[in-house]
Amino acid sequence: MTKSNGNSPKSTVSRRAVLAGGAALSASLFLPKNLRAQDYPTAAVNTTGLAVTDDTVTVGILHSVTGTMAISETGSVQAEKLAIEQINAQGGVLGRKIEFIQEDGASDWPTFAEKAKKLLVNDKVASVMGCWTSASRKAVLPVFEQYNGMLYYPTFYEGLEQSPNVIYTGQEATQQIIAGIDWVTKEKGAKSFYLLGSDYIWPRTSNKIARKHIEKLGLKVVGEEYYPLGHTQFNSVINKIKLKKPDVIYAIVVGGSNVAFYKQLKAAGIDMTKEKPVLLTISVTEDEIRGIGGENIEGAYACMKYFQSLENPNNADFVAAFKEMWGDDMVIGDVTQAAYLGPWLWKAAVEKAGSFDVDKVREASPDIELPTAPEGYVKVHPNHHLWSKTRVGKAMADGQYEVVFETADLVEPDPFPEGYQ
Amino acid sequence: MTPTKKTAFLTPKEMIGFAILAALIFVVLPLALDTFRLNLFGKYLTYAFVAVGLVLCWGAGGILSLGQGVFFGLGGYCMAMFLKLEASTPENTAIQSTPGIPDFMDWNQITALPWWWEPFHSFGLTLIAIIAVPVVFAFIIAFAMFRRRVGGVYFAIITQAIAAILTILIIGQQGFTGGVNGITDLRTLHGWDIRTDEAKNILYFVNGILLFAVLFAAHYVRKSKLGRLLIAMRDQEDRVRFSGYDVASFKIFVFCLGAAFSAIGGAMFTLQVGFMSPTLVGIVPSIEMVIFCAVGGRLSIIGAVYGTLLVNFAKTTFSESFPEVWLLGLGALFIAVVMAFPRGLAGIWADWVEPRLSSLFSRKTGDDSTAAPKTPAE
Repeated sequence: MTKSNGNSPKSTVSRRAVLAGGAALSASLFLPKNLRAQDYPTAAVNTTGLAVTDDTVTVGILHSVTGTMAISETGSVQAEKLAIEQINAQGGVLGRKIEFIQEDGASDWPTFAEKAKKLLVNDKVASVMGCWTSASRKAVLPVFEQYNGMLYYPTFYEGLEQSPNVIYTGQEATQQIIAGIDWVTKEKGAKSFYLLGSDYIWPRTSNKIARKHIEKLGLKVVGEEYYPLGHTQFNSVINKIKLKKPDVIYAIVVGGSNVAFYKQLKAAGIDMTKEKPVLLTISVTEDEIRGIGGENIEGAYACMKYFQSLENPNNADFVAAFKEMWGDDMVIGDVTQAAYLGPWLWKAAVEKAGSFDVDKVREASPDIELPTAPEGYVKVHPNHHLWSKTRVGKAMADGQYEVVFETADLVEPDPFPEGYQ
Repeated sequence: MTPTKKTAFLTPKEMIGFAILAALIFVVLPLALDTFRLNLFGKYLTYAFVAVGLVLCWGAGGILSLGQGVFFGLGGYCMAMFLKLEASTPENTAIQSTPGIPDFMDWNQITALPWWWEPFHSFGLTLIAIIAVPVVFAFIIAFAMFRRRVGGVYFAIITQAIAAILTILIIGQQGFTGGVNGITDLRTLHGWDIRTDEAKNILYFVNGILLFAVLFAAHYVRKSKLGRLLIAMRDQEDRVRFSGYDVASFKIFVFCLGAAFSAIGGAMFTLQVGFMSPTLVGIVPSIEMVIFCAVGGRLSIIGAVYGTLLVNFAKTTFSESFPEVWLLGLGALFIAVVMAFPRGLAGIWADWVEPRLSSLFSRKTGDDSTAAPKTPAE
């Protein structure tokens, strides 16, 4: 595999020139830095025995492509592969082409731990893009901490965590919740809230933060309920909602339950296109609407940091590239975009550090900026989460969201929010 | 050592079977594999405890349980609770609103350790609980079912329902159990860091030794009068009953024994993998464990170990090579084994290898005085 030093530079230079030219044409938006591998000798940029050669660097992709989570995680895999391809077209990272090893977590947490360990111990990958559910992240976390790996985790999640070995490219709970509740209070004059969700840590923690914030604003929570994952009978809670007449139904229902919930809501005569009640969710992205059906959720509001319909040049390029690679019928949800940021943030950190070493990448990560992010400018906080804007979108019958609100400034990530615990 | 007169505990043939397995587990695998792969095989071997229990219950006793994950999980959770308490020292959890309790309790606004967690501060009580909790639970199930002469398919369905119920219970009570995430981030056992390579190697051998203890116990049961009664019950339950035997008691006993084996496997799983979660309790893992047993040959306790190793090894290898379609490959393997070798790996051994081996021992192959129908040798 290793080329002799005598003849390689010449051919490498010419190839890089071609690559760089191509990159400049195809992705004129991104400013290719054209770092050349020979300026960064492998022995210097890789002192810990990672899978880095003179012209390649290997990363891992660890998501479920089989099992119940496959539907959700496939978008993340696609986004990560797209990002890696684009980075390679620009000349790679420190002049090295990114190769990836993909492993299947199979929606099974012990398998996630096993595969994470395989990627770190056997394959010596320089970083891993992966995981989706909190359970899978919790399962791999001790592995990443023990073998000092670096995980780029894309999903919005409950917070209460800040590992030196993880960069959280999705929102922690407060980033998704507080601005949304402020918006619905101000714009819709909401006074009473009904909280409901699937029964696990993320909806419970999110609703806890929502409740504290609602009570801080002097407003009322009139009900709070949880249903097991996969639950499909929401009639009783819908009846209670009709009885209590809340201004806002705050729904954090997850996965397949969503389909039943929104259909039953509509069948029960709760019309979300009317002024009240307002349905505000933090768990339904464009991906989920494909399963729910746009006509069943039309008029609901979602609080995210990214919507496919977002209008800016970065996003236009991203959506076009994504569809070109994966097909025109693809939709892009919040997490898919966050997954796309992973490889780019890692590249930026590696180049700032001038090294693939995990410790140096970690040191370099805080304050990394990504002006080319589809969601707009993002920045890594020293607590390993991202500064992002919060946005509210209104669901349309065609399955897309219309962006109706965005925060003026980036929202600071706060995984351990004071006063909300 | 001899359960009945004139029958040796191990015939030469059986001795060869055990010796080959011992050589594989204690010599070949540790020499051939690095720590990571060895630890994976250690994980596979924890499922073998369940499969051996299933050979006794299902292969010998005809009691098909589709809920062995329950006992595996209970054993594993007992161990995980002890390790979690040890990891949740007030210093380690200083960031929480209530330091000194497991992190997931704090996230769920629980401010004091529930009373039923208290015994798990003690390692001795934990070891007792690992066996006692699943066995008592198994006894209650078995007593309720077998005394009423519920058997066959009905029993299988009920055990499956219990697996589903326990999963929902664990997920629902997340403040006390860790919910879907399970109990994670386990670190030390009495101050001994279980995450180091050295610890993993030691745990692998401890696991192997325990597995052999379980194998010998299972073999002892098979060879004893109880073992022959089980087979008689499987083939003609009424005749055994009319002969004056209390059928239900034997069934309860063997079911509890299978549960105890599974629980040991579960506890070892927790130690080697470093966490426990409801995904190991539910219906899918329970059925998978039956498949391990079927692939190995449900009549053979050693076959069950090989079946577990083969299926899990195939699972890991396929999924590493073909991340998107590996499940299909695994399905094909099952179909092939069931179609071509209905008695599993043990059947292949009995039909192809053993005739050649027995020619070596043709003069005196121990006494085959057991009245039981000829079962494939281990």
